[in-house]
Amino acid sequence: MTTRIEKRFAELKDEGRAALVTFVMSGDPDYETSIAVIKALPKAGADVIELGMPFTDPMADGPSIQAAGVRALKGGQTLKKTLQMVREFRKGEANTPIVLMGYYNPIYIYGVDKFLVDAKEAGVDGLIVVDLPPEEDEELCLPALKAGLNFIRLATPTTDDKRLPAVLNNTSGFVYYVSITGITGSAAPDAAKVSAAVARIKRHTKLPVAVGFGVKNADSARAIAAGADGVVVGSALIDALKKTLDGNGKGGPATVKAVADLVADIASGVKAARKVAAE
Amino acid sequence: MSVQPLNSFRTGPDERGHFGIYGGRFVAETLMPLILDLEKAYNEAKADPNFKKEMDHTLAHYVGRPSPLYFAERLTEKLGGAKIYFKREDLNHTGAHKVNNVTGQIMLAQRMGKKRIIAETGAGMHGVATATLCAKFGLPCIVYMGAVDVERQQPNVLRMKMLGAEVRAVESGSKTLKDAMNEALRDWVTNVTDTFYCIGTVAGPHPYPAMVRDFQCIIGNETREQMQKAEGRLPDSLVACIGGGSNAMGLFHPFLDDRSVDIYGVEAAGHGIPSGQHAASVTGGRPGVLHGNRTYLLMDDDGQIIEAHSISAGLDYPGIGPEHSWLGDMGRIKFLSATDQEAVAAFQLCSQLEGIIPALEPAHALARVFDLAPKMPKDHLMVVNLSGRGDKDLASVQTWLEAHK
Repeated sequence: MTTRIEKRFAELKDEGRAALVTFVMSGDPDYETSIAVIKALPKAGADVIELGMPFTDPMADGPSIQAAGVRALKGGQTLKKTLQMVREFRKGEANTPIVLMGYYNPIYIYGVDKFLVDAKEAGVDGLIVVDLPPEEDEELCLPALKAGLNFIRLATPTTDDKRLPAVLNNTSGFVYYVSITGITGSAAPDAAKVSAAVARIKRHTKLPVAVGFGVKNADSARAIAAGADGVVVGSALIDALKKTLDGNGKGGPATVKAVADLVADIASGVKAARKVAAE
Repeated sequence: MSVQPLNSFRTGPDERGHFGIYGGRFVAETLMPLILDLEKAYNEAKADPNFKKEMDHTLAHYVGRPSPLYFAERLTEKLGGAKIYFKREDLNHTGAHKVNNVTGQIMLAQRMGKKRIIAETGAGMHGVATATLCAKFGLPCIVYMGAVDVERQQPNVLRMKMLGAEVRAVESGSKTLKDAMNEALRDWVTNVTDTFYCIGTVAGPHPYPAMVRDFQCIIGNETREQMQKAEGRLPDSLVACIGGGSNAMGLFHPFLDDRSVDIYGVEAAGHGIPSGQHAASVTGGRPGVLHGNRTYLLMDDDGQIIEAHSISAGLDYPGIGPEHSWLGDMGRIKFLSATDQEAVAAFQLCSQLEGIIPALEPAHALARVFDLAPKMPKDHLMVVNLSGRGDKDLASVQTWLEAHK
């Protein structure tokens, strides 16, 4: 069975360019604005959408994504509504993969089996659950794979060659390389170090490797895209979204435009990297 | 899932850090190698007689152990039932049980060659203990503390600063202990090579719950010996307050397999369990996953963590150590709770009857002793863990009393 994620990465490989993976928080700052933002992403140049599931205690996230989660929860977002959002997105968009990203507790409380059925039915393609390392695979990873969802794992600079096989085992779809030790939204990584790290991971796996943390604009995206199969951008989009909110924290058409414009800009960087590599 | 021999409650956790369904290692991949390293280093230290020798020496000469087991004669007389003993952890250097664990972890950090110590703190007692040991061993120390707690525990903030620690006020979330822990974890994820995270309670990812418990077991081990000397037998019941639950686990664990000993854990009921404003994770919560472990947590139907409430900053946490969750399910620990009001009343009565100003945390345990003890026969031996001193709480209690005149 080929998932949308596998299909998308294979297509882009044929095109000879990296994928642009965009992260936004579902329900930030409210359901209506958020669904409009998500619907605008594919046209703006997003190849894969990571949709954050807000959680009160996001231990691995920096201030931007923390605040996005707070806004979403304040706006009444729940896991149920996030799945509803995916269902609504899928009505008009059949090909762009959606990966839900977040922390385990809301899924655990929703009920793992019920969640997997509902997520699959809604049109979710993969999961990234930050606080589920391979040591806890029985919780969600193995049931998710069985349900036909990709389970995407994070690899980090602390994941050494000895540990990599354990991390890659049961990983599917793609590998998300967290390019720095630190929280989301931290300083930009060194592009040379990143491509060396990607090469190291590729010695252990045939899966595409997407790189995240610290990508802010077309330039940083181009630098990363030259040495990876995908570029993940999150905090920068959330910052752009936040700037458009009015005094009451409400969004509008300007919100959608701001995010789409930045995605388009970053997408141009990702595409430019292919030309550099081809020349 | 762990397989526990039926004849012992003391064999957990299993090799993956599980106590029944509780515990585990629910952390970001960045931290996983660090946690595995820590587990290995701790197992090596445990097997090294020199480590134990050095620790015993520090505990005796610096912390001032053993702490006395004190017969609370006037309180016993007043309640007219069980014979009440206090385990005087308030008499330790730094004024609480926290230092037992910190001594172990800082000596382990030194063994591992770590150059920078971080800690989270609620009431500030763990922060003070960490700052103290870091001063003694010459290590830089950063303490994360919720902004709300910084406000209500000023004396401890001043102590930490005097000891040379940097106190970082945490403004995210509910600005209390859980947010301080989030922020400490974020620091650790960022500073992976040189930093040791000194967790203050029997929670967090494996091996912390087991390691902190082991370091705190000196409380129960001493109590066993002291009671044997004072009364020639084991106590009949143990009572301790539980936030994360390290003072309670330290007292309880050595007695878990003595079935004649009744064990009571007292959670903070804040404004009362029905009000929803409390910190009683077992009494008023359900199992979930936070801060590296599965355990009882306060949360809503969407799995979002609810802010805890307690007058005691040290109990103001929406979770509890995973081993407590398991022992509660197994019925080995009976969980009770005490409200802010009951704790303040106990705080006053203990001060005035025994000349001991207890911390607000053990005042919760004392509040339940007030109704447990009178129902017991006079030869019933009850031990209360007086886990800390109350100087830090005088302002909070004063404010509370004025607001409730």
